[in-house]
Order: sequence, then structure tokens, then C-alpha cells
Amino acid sequence: MANLKTVTKKSKAQSMGMHTEVLTGRTQQKFFNPDEAENFYYFGTYDVDFNKRTDLDVKDMTAPEANKEIDNLMSQGYGTIVIKNPQGKHSLGVGILNKLNLIFEGSLGYFGMGSCDGPIVRINGRVGWSCAENLMAGKVVIEKNAGSCFGAAIRGGDLICKGSVGARTGIDMKGGTIIIGGDAGAFTGFMMQRGRIIILGDVGINLGDSMYDGTIFVGGEIGSYGSDAVDAELTKSDQDWLKRKLKVAEIGENFDVSKMKKIVAGKKLWNYDNLEPTEKKGAI
Amino acid sequence: MCGIAGLIHRGKSSNVGSELQGMLQALKHRGEDSTGYALYGDTDGKNFIMRFKVGENVGEGSSSVMEDVSVYDERKKIVDQTLAEMGAKVVKEERTLPYSLRYEIDYDTKDLLDFSQRIESIPGVEILSMGKSLEVIKDLGNAKMVCDRYSLDKVVGTHAIGHARMATESGVDIKSAHPFWGYPFSDVSVVHNGQLTNYWNNRRVLENKGMRFMSECDSELIAVYIAEKMRHGATLEEGMKESLTGLDGVFTYFVATKDSLGMAKDTMAAKPLVLYESDDLVAMGSEEIAIRSVLPQEIDTYDPFDGEVKVWQI
Repeated sequence: MANLKTVTKKSKAQSMGMHTEVLTGRTQQKFFNPDEAENFYYFGTYDVDFNKRTDLDVKDMTAPEANKEIDNLMSQGYGTIVIKNPQGKHSLGVGILNKLNLIFEGSLGYFGMGSCDGPIVRINGRVGWSCAENLMAGKVVIEKNAGSCFGAAIRGGDLICKGSVGARTGIDMKGGTIIIGGDAGAFTGFMMQRGRIIILGDVGINLGDSMYDGTIFVGGEIGSYGSDAVDAELTKSDQDWLKRKLKVAEIGENFDVSKMKKIVAGKKLWNYDNLEPTEKKGAI
Repeated sequence: MCGIAGLIHRGKSSNVGSELQGMLQALKHRGEDSTGYALYGDTDGKNFIMRFKVGENVGEGSSSVMEDVSVYDERKKIVDQTLAEMGAKVVKEERTLPYSLRYEIDYDTKDLLDFSQRIESIPGVEILSMGKSLEVIKDLGNAKMVCDRYSLDKVVGTHAIGHARMATESGVDIKSAHPFWGYPFSDVSVVHNGQLTNYWNNRRVLENKGMRFMSECDSELIAVYIAEKMRHGATLEEGMKESLTGLDGVFTYFVATKDSLGMAKDTMAAKPLVLYESDDLVAMGSEEIAIRSVLPQEIDTYDPFDGEVKVWQI
């Protein structure tokens, strides 16, 4: 059973606002034996060759048919798949659990690229609500705009939207990085628990509402702060990381990161249930 | 969960009946208890078009009480008598279904309040729409079923809004279906996706001001709320902006008038909307696939932000 404790000595990651607690206890024990690696099998994954490339036209397919065909192509070793005519269909590209170069030539509907772990995805269009929900690892790049709940509950990976996004971006996120080239809507970072959000444009009302931890960087105007979201000092370390990240993300490479605002959790809502009624009022 | 869709052609007319049918059919998974169309057709603008019902669709899934068809005939007779008494001349009469009628009326008035009150004082009669361009057609079933039943695929006009309904807070019947007419204003219609939590408070206030509600569907409040604002001199856009604070809950809604189409989104942006905007066409819907039914090629779309109100003219 893992335990949480707050530490006074900060690691580099902690000084950047990524997290403030450390895990202790049984989960820190090492159970993995490298000698047994060959016995481990990650269900639903394939060994693919990035140089083996194919196109898949999904115009006349349903989403389940298209996803099944992507799975079938991966099972044949295709490591680069170009999806033609997605035409805003929902739930395309979900549940991919291995490395894969996936390119969508068009736009996706809702829940695109949900529950993925590892693929590198480029979407040459827009995406609807809840894109890349629960992303574990990998990189998803959207060339145009995105709908609400962008990157909901992601655990890791990089999620990049070169346009603007709707409301509740990064809601409940637990890790990873979300980068927005344009503006973001209301409740961005709502109840986020870890990870980082970068918004180069403006952001709507209630930014970081009830955020538990993590960091939000904003380049433009902020509509309003949510409960327990507070400003923090933008350190040199932050700026170096932002520059590096924006460069890798091919977005805002020349953006002046020194003027960005850094928002973190005020932590007044931590242990909220244990507060006295008067303290609860002060916390929100 | 309901689905809404709308489009407006700027500077030209198109086959809006067929286009809206495609958009709403693409959203049928969001609800197919009932589907409604508000079509702004090309007319000479001389006569009023009154769409009204003298009964309910009591088919499978309906929550309405079955009535004998002879009752519908009786109600129609009383409507005809009342129109004659008011000096309104029926130029053309169509009875698509036993309970659903369309009249073209030669009637010279700017005040539809008295007219509507007299017609709707007849038990079982409800005006679905009244205007010189607007026609509201709504019935049980999905978009294609309603379109086929009323032969809407050939309607030519400039703009249209529609709704695919999953009934949650009121019955499966025509009176609770969208769009709602902005009674008593000519050519005003509303569709809505969401829930309004201060419906009863607002309803009591508006009823005390003389406004009428025909259903217990919370969405009807939007039509009445904006109509009441316009009655006191507000423009459509002003009324819509006031609704962002006056209406409580989560909503995305469209309002259309004879020459304009507007959208509003609540301050939490809790309900979806995808928007495509170009110089000659604006198309929007709860999901992108609705827009794709009229624009299958790659296009740039976006989600309007929280608290956003937009109005376009034809």
C-alpha cells in the first residue's frame, strides 16, 4: 500500500510544480526481475515496423470496423498507418497500446484516440470532445482546433493542439503535458492532480478550479481563477523547460516564455473534509 | 441527451429541408423520441403560414392519450369558424395527417397575441408556428421518418434549425418536442440542448406577465423568455445575451427569425456545439458529423466558448 507524505527538500521536478508529495511504502519495492522479461506480455500489443506503411480509407466504415482494421494492420507489422476520410467519426484510434505512427488525414469526432499507450499520432484536422482521454504515453498532435474535455484524465504523454480548445481541458489529469497553441475555454485544469498544461493564448473563467496539484502556464489573459488556484513564481528552470517543450512540440518556438504566468494549487482544499466549517469557507 | 442542428445560407436559397434532414439524421443516436424542423422557406411574404395540431400522435412510444379521429374534425371546424369570425381568410389548406394541419391565411395584423389566444382557447388545439416564412414541423420518430411523413425534403429556403429529442423531463409527444415557436412573435423559433434549473421560477414570472406555455418542457422557457425580452424592445441578440444570466442550468440553444440565426452557450460550456462559418454558409450542430452531412470535404470547424452568443443574417 502506498503512502503519501510531504517533503521539505524539493527535487527539480517538485520545484517546477509537477508534484509535491513522494510515494513511500510497499509500491517502492522492486518486484521486477529482468531475467524474467521475456515472460512478460502486454496484452493487445504488436511488434511493428515503422518503415512498413499503408493507407486505410475509413469513409464507408463504422468506428468499430475502422479500429478493428487498424488492429489487424498492426498485427501484420504495419508501423505507419495513414487514415483517409475520417470525416468526424467518433471513437477512432482508441485503445492502441504500442508504438505506432498513426496519421489522420481529416478530422475526428468525439473520444478520438482514447485510452492509448504509446502511439505517435498526427491529426491533420480538428477533434471533438474528449480527445485522447486517459492517454498513458505517446504523442498526439492536432493541427487545428479541439473540443471540450481535451486530454481528460491523461496519465502521461504529450497532447498538443495547435489551434484553440473548448472547456475543461485537462480535467482530472494525472500526468503528462497538454500544450495549446491558441485559446482555451472555461474550467481549464479543473480538478487536475498532476501534470502540466501550457496555453499560449487566452484562457476562460475558473482556471485550475479545485486543482490538487500540477502546473498551468498561460501566455495570454486569464478570465478568472478557480477555487484554490494561485499564482506562483516562474523560475528559470520553468522557462528552460517551456522553451524545450515548445520546440519539441513544434509550436510557439519563438514564444516569449518569460512573460508567461504560472498557476499552481493553493492547497487550501487539501484534506478539505477534515477542515472546520469556518476553515472550509476560507478554502473556497 | 438531445441533438440540435442549424444552418443559414447567406445571399442565396438552398434545399434546407433535405439538408437539415441529413444533419438531424446524423444525430439520431442522441435521441429519436421526436424530431422537429423549423424551416424558413422562400415565400412571397403576403400570407401567414400557420402550422397547428388538433391532436397528438398516439403511435408507438407516445405518452399521449388516444382520441377518436372525429374529435380532430370537430376541433378543425371550430378553428375554421374562429378564423372566419376574426376576418382571417384561409387561402390554402393542407391536412398532412389527421392531427396536423397547415393553413395559408390572409390576415392583416401585426399583433398575433390576440389571434393566437383565440385559436388556442379551443381545447386540444396548439399553434406550432405562425409566420410568413417559418414553418415548424415536429412529430415522433427520427429525422427521416418525420421528413418522409411531411415531405420536407423539397423545401427550399434560406435557413433552418432542428432538434433530435431524447425525452427526459417531459412526455414523448408533439407538444413537448422542439422547435418551439417564439409565441406570439411571427417567424421566431428555438431549439435547445440541456437542462434549465430555474424553469418553474421563470415560468411563474413570465406567466404573470401574460406569456403562454403549452408544455412542461423546460426548453420552451427559452422561446418565451426571449419573446418577452423582444416584446419590450430588445433585439434578438440582446435577448440572447440576457438569457446567459437569466437562465440557470446548462444549455446550448439556437434561435431563428425571418432573416437571422443565432446561437448561445451557457457560461460553463457544458453542452456541445461545433460550428462551421464561411462567407456564404454557417452550419452548426451538437456533433461534427451533423455538419459533415452537408459538407463532406475537409473544413475548419471550432467549438464556441462559454458564454458566447453569435447571430448571423441571411
